[in-house]
Amino acid sequence: MTEIVGKISDVEIQDLDEILEKHKEGKGNNVTLLQLIQNHYGYLPDYALKYVSSKLKIPLAELYGVATFYAQFSFTEKGKYVVTCCDGTACHVKGAPLLIEYLEDQLKIKSGETTDDKLFTLETVACLGCCAISPVIVINDVYYGNLTLNKVKKILKKVRKKASESTEAKE
Amino acid sequence: MSDETKKREIFICRSTGCNSSNAGHIQDLLAKRIAENNLNVAIKKTGCHGFCQMGPIMVIQPDNVLYVQVQPKDVDLIVKNHLKDNNVVEKLLYTDPESGAKIKDMNKVNFYMHQKPIVKEHFGKIDPESIDDYLEVGGYESLKKVLSEYSPDDVIEELKISKLRGRGGAGFPTYLKWTFARRSKGQPKYLICNGDEGDPGAFMDRSTLESDPHSVIEGMVIAGYTMGSNQGFIYTRAEYPLAIDRINKAVDSAREKGFLGENILDSGFNFDIELKTGAGAFVCGEETALMASIEGKRGMPRPRPPFPANSGLWGKPTNINNVKTYASIPKIIAKGGKWFADIGTEESGGTIIVALTGNINNSGLVEIPLGTPIRKLIYDIGGGIPEGKKFKAIQVGGPSGGCLPAKFLDTPMDNSNLTKLGAIMGSGGFIVLDDETCMVELAHFFIQFTQTESCGKCAPCRVGTKKMLDLLTKIKSGQAEMEDLDKLENIANFVKKTSLCGLGQTAPNPVLTTLKYFRDEYIAHIKYHACPALQCKDLIQYNIDPEKCIGCTLCAKNCAVDAITGVKKEPHKIDESICIRCGLCYSSCPSNAIYKTTNEYPTEEGGSE
Repeated sequence: MTEIVGKISDVEIQDLDEILEKHKEGKGNNVTLLQLIQNHYGYLPDYALKYVSSKLKIPLAELYGVATFYAQFSFTEKGKYVVTCCDGTACHVKGAPLLIEYLEDQLKIKSGETTDDKLFTLETVACLGCCAISPVIVINDVYYGNLTLNKVKKILKKVRKKASESTEAKE
Repeated sequence: MSDETKKREIFICRSTGCNSSNAGHIQDLLAKRIAENNLNVAIKKTGCHGFCQMGPIMVIQPDNVLYVQVQPKDVDLIVKNHLKDNNVVEKLLYTDPESGAKIKDMNKVNFYMHQKPIVKEHFGKIDPESIDDYLEVGGYESLKKVLSEYSPDDVIEELKISKLRGRGGAGFPTYLKWTFARRSKGQPKYLICNGDEGDPGAFMDRSTLESDPHSVIEGMVIAGYTMGSNQGFIYTRAEYPLAIDRINKAVDSAREKGFLGENILDSGFNFDIELKTGAGAFVCGEETALMASIEGKRGMPRPRPPFPANSGLWGKPTNINNVKTYASIPKIIAKGGKWFADIGTEESGGTIIVALTGNINNSGLVEIPLGTPIRKLIYDIGGGIPEGKKFKAIQVGGPSGGCLPAKFLDTPMDNSNLTKLGAIMGSGGFIVLDDETCMVELAHFFIQFTQTESCGKCAPCRVGTKKMLDLLTKIKSGQAEMEDLDKLENIANFVKKTSLCGLGQTAPNPVLTTLKYFRDEYIAHIKYHACPALQCKDLIQYNIDPEKCIGCTLCAKNCAVDAITGVKKEPHKIDESICIRCGLCYSSCPSNAIYKTTNEYPTEEGGSE
């Protein structure tokens, strides 16, 4: 199996087998399977898809077909802080494009990318359903609403401070 | 006795909107202070109160006082003044945008007083995570009634009388849909609750699932009994974590109490519900694509017929309804089809839930009888346009809908009226646009959305949306010719007529309605390279008014490309050749000294700006 999958450690095989065990109840649903893998890794690692494909005898193309169709799935590792900007209609008419531009400029990445230090991922989504408090951004499941440029500046500063503190603590 | 009648209850909104502005912390703090002061006051964590923009929100009963935009530092004030000394905290009351008066009685707040809550009846009044709360307000009584007194045909007859139409957008009569699924041969039969609210600008399905999940479950069990199905699925977006959590809790507790599972209420009827989360694809709101997604495939639509009632999920008979359709069922059974029909219009009974957002004073979730004029929604409930700006248009029905100008403000809202005007009711997203919104830019925004979300299966939608987007980009940047307008209109009509599914068939609506009602704006962009709303980057300039500029240097500091120069305390200047028109200076100027200009263009009155 290692021939097909490439380099994969025993720990990872164990993890994936656990995921597959959980998935047994999922009635062969590829979307649920991919969601489980992504929940575990934060993204869909190539080796994990290859392993699952050979183990369950699902063509790899079928898995990739499903994974590339849905916006939720990512093939690259995300940053420690995932900044999700809503650009739905309500947010859009209340100035979301300006906020997104500002964040792109500050983080020096485009929407959909991750910073080199793996601290930030910037994402734009079509609607988070919090239109009454638009414009909205979400950073790691925390919602920030009724935003202005100044508020975003402050939030970013705070998150950056927290990020540098935690990296220092690690060192 | 007197103590009991006086016992206060505080209803704190804990939906996504209010949670984002610290409602959780406020609740904890309030509970702590109440305990410290030995007060006989109960706190209830509720679903959405609807007035999301004013969050965090709380209502104190029996006083019927609504507090808005409550901050943690206000908690002590509420405890001391209101709970201990019985004095209302004035500064936390809602301020009427017109009169500037503080409103003490919640029923006199304009946002609430014109509403007719049916689906929203229990929102903000019960704890969505407590089945006992739901039972206390008469929950699952309709199910008991149906299982003990009604035959499936009786249920369908009641729905026919109610004139309930599907709340997902297309507006098909529910009793007919259920009749088809009931008559369809083959087992198992499946039920699906479509909560894949992908429309940007819509959040009523999320709010319903977050605020009153049991009403949806009850509606689904009744539907299962009526159509002869034993298995239902609730399909919702992965982007709605709170809704997912509350559905799971509600399904578990309904199972525990015997409202789901085997032999429900000793009737011999079995029904269960499984939650499926989408993975981010707008097209999955289309029923055939949604079913493909539940099966774990790429969510691509297929031609109909066969309709889901005959061949749906895994090829079995399937009935799909929207969240609000199911949530309406228990109310119709409880109060009767006639009561429901009397609320709406001749062709369609009941209410519509609207997500009122955009450039409007009061934004949030509004439930009003079908047939209510748009003007009432915007001015009486929404409180008009903020900052004295002018109403320009209302965008109805999301990316599949259209933009309607002021002359249609008196149109009664229902499916057929809106469709006649080129919009659709859709799921009910109403986005108010003021005179600073460029209609070309907005059409571009929607087509960009549908172009990205087009699944690519059929050519008209795949290629057509891309061609429309290219043309709109050209117009937006002032590089189009007049003949491009005809081209755009032709492609739009072609995509509308020939696309496979609802996504493509309705994607051109924003383009067609803006072309129809705001053609002048397109012409200004093309002929005069002017953007009347001062929004399209390539056609505007930023300027600094030397009279107003106080020389604070904030704009120069914020400028990403160093296009602004000037000495402290002296007027600054923008270098047009360097400026990238990002607008950072415009929104950071404390003295409103920065203004936008565009080329001159002839206006309707014949003058020029």
